[in-house]
Amino acid sequence: MSTETLKKEKNKTAKSIRISGAEAIIHCLLAEGVDLIYGYPGGAIMPVYDELYKFQDKLTHILTRHEQGATHAAQGYARVSGKVGVAMATSGPGATNLVTGLADAQIDSTPMVCITGQVPRHLLGSDAFQETDIVGISTPVTKWNYQVTKASEIPEIMAKAFYIARSGRPGPVLVDITKNAQFDELDFVYEKCTGVRSYKPVHKPDIKAIEAAAEIINRAKKPYIVFGQGVILGHAEEELKALVEKAGIPAAWTVLGLSAMDTDHPLNVGMVGMHGNYGPNVLTNECDVLIAIGMRFDDRVTGNLDTYAKQAKVIHFEIDPAEINKNVNADIAVLGDAKQTLGLLLPLVNKNEHKDWLAEFDKKYQIEYDTVIKKDIEPTKEGLTMGEVIEQINKASGHKAVVVTDVGQHQMIACRYAKFKQSKSNVTSGGLGTMGFALPAAIGAKMGAMEREVVAIIGDGGYQMTIQELGVIFQHNVPVKIVVLNNDHLGMVRQWQELFFESRYASTVMTNPDFVKIAEGYHIKSRRVTERSDLQDAVEEMIASKDPYFLEVRVEKEDNVFPMIPSGASVSDIRLK
Amino acid sequence: MEKQWYTISVYSENNVGLLNRISGIFLKRHINIESLNVSKSEIEHVSKFTIVIHSTEDWARKIVGQIEKQIEVIKAFYHTDDETIYQESALFKIASHLLFDERQIQNIIKESNSQIVTVARDFFVLAKTGRRHEIDEMHDALEPYGIMQFVRTGRIAVTKATMPITEILEEFHNQ
Repeated sequence: MSTETLKKEKNKTAKSIRISGAEAIIHCLLAEGVDLIYGYPGGAIMPVYDELYKFQDKLTHILTRHEQGATHAAQGYARVSGKVGVAMATSGPGATNLVTGLADAQIDSTPMVCITGQVPRHLLGSDAFQETDIVGISTPVTKWNYQVTKASEIPEIMAKAFYIARSGRPGPVLVDITKNAQFDELDFVYEKCTGVRSYKPVHKPDIKAIEAAAEIINRAKKPYIVFGQGVILGHAEEELKALVEKAGIPAAWTVLGLSAMDTDHPLNVGMVGMHGNYGPNVLTNECDVLIAIGMRFDDRVTGNLDTYAKQAKVIHFEIDPAEINKNVNADIAVLGDAKQTLGLLLPLVNKNEHKDWLAEFDKKYQIEYDTVIKKDIEPTKEGLTMGEVIEQINKASGHKAVVVTDVGQHQMIACRYAKFKQSKSNVTSGGLGTMGFALPAAIGAKMGAMEREVVAIIGDGGYQMTIQELGVIFQHNVPVKIVVLNNDHLGMVRQWQELFFESRYASTVMTNPDFVKIAEGYHIKSRRVTERSDLQDAVEEMIASKDPYFLEVRVEKEDNVFPMIPSGASVSDIRLK
Repeated sequence: MEKQWYTISVYSENNVGLLNRISGIFLKRHINIESLNVSKSEIEHVSKFTIVIHSTEDWARKIVGQIEKQIEVIKAFYHTDDETIYQESALFKIASHLLFDERQIQNIIKESNSQIVTVARDFFVLAKTGRRHEIDEMHDALEPYGIMQFVRTGRIAVTKATMPITEILEEFHNQ
């Protein structure tokens, strides 16, 4: 066997059973605690679907209406539940349709295992019907992938797939299984993977680095924390909160870090990045110590790197060694799992308050409130704003909903204004910016946390990229709440055209169908709001609904999202209008 | 930052598809692989990739970080030419009659320290091991007489300093 899992001796006491590869795949999934998968059948994966039929009391398969939807649903499920999402597809087009979801999960570090069928071993390389080199295609967008051609490989590879997907910095894994390996029999024994010798998921914390970090933090006059999804993935929310409170450090978040800390916490100063808050961006260039926790200095966060936090000492808490000094050089790098490293840092930092420094964030917030926020969430002009819709959802859901967003203006507005009390509540496509993500991801999010309210907020553009997943919502009565903020444009691209391409609206104007009728066609309760006076009632009705609900809000057609750091500009040059 | 030659050494599992994964890392950053060699290493069942690139140190470091992140890569390093002992090999296929018709050919063979691997009625084959510029010089010297075929290997290199990898690999091996 070519995989080198860390195992000194096979468990010889476990009794093996003689079963088909297809049945073995089901047993592997069950052994990994999987009870829900998303997928789409086809020729090369049919033996596995035949077994799914037999095991339907233990393992639910949700038929999405497109394989891309299966991946995003698996991602949504993984993001709210913290478990590995599973998607399944056939060979050829089934497999290639997974690629966007894989790329999204890779860049946003989402644990996912995708299983694809493949043509039989003897047909590989013959351009057989629905043959495609999915291992080759998916290599750059997977944390790991593997083609199984023998039934006997299945248990070890599946165990390895789940281990790799969830450990360290999580990510997507694809296992491609030839049809003969599904039909053939093997002596099945399942052993969970506990290590791969060439792979070190988490580095042991370096106490010296943590002590050095504490010393710098204790001396800092204007310390500033920027945290990302690493806090959520590492279950370090409590440690982060304790650190922020003890050392009195203002903390801002990246889009994927959102909800790791209560949005109403007095030390939570808001969002960094292109459409982030004014203070958190401008003051990045005034802090004396920048403490980055579980974030990767994406270009949408940093703007121009040559003018990013040059005055500050940078301390980078990160699980992935390849992220250290990749975009921003760290004066001190603390490798490891955030829960562990922050836990070790906590007793070493002094109690502090930094009142004057915090007051600067308040001042900047006031400026932003007066010029941007007030107009967004309490508008007095005629047209409805996206911001006031989010504000209504906050009120109606009591800051308790999981908010799933697509990509574009509505996404930035939702991230700016949505309120959260609980971690793992913001599900969005951050790194890849995948339009069409939200609707299927919301299905997965709801199924990953049935007890929670799940509200999908989607633009009219992205909605139509995966609109067919309404079929899943209808068929399984998945009680998600869908809000389409319809401005009849691809709003964010239109905004850039207005600001940087002299308002030449090339292919950004949309003539849309009657979205309410479409939802009604799927027997989903629907309503359209065109007037401010109806908004509160409609949102309350939607939140109160026990069934899926579709709400279209006709918003102002040509609103812009501000503040904004123009592409390539410095965080200091953020525009308020 | 100044560009220079870097030799990247990658110790990995011997798995199908890993070459694709590693080459993709260079492709994504538009960095040309000047030479590539894959062989077994000092440790059983561990492969060694030797990759030569012309780049800045910053890029060499980042690329090594990305390579090392791949699941089946055990460890990766980068070194400058000063830090390594390195060689390449080449084969020259030349028409046999030139041995007799052109006196200079024999001098080139002697001066270049190359070996005659085989002699047939129509052609003979010279093998040369050395630095790239030495092989280039030999190539330039032979070219006017006509080279029927020429091929050169990728660089192979060992470091002057002890590789910290050896211990780690031995541990793996003993598992």
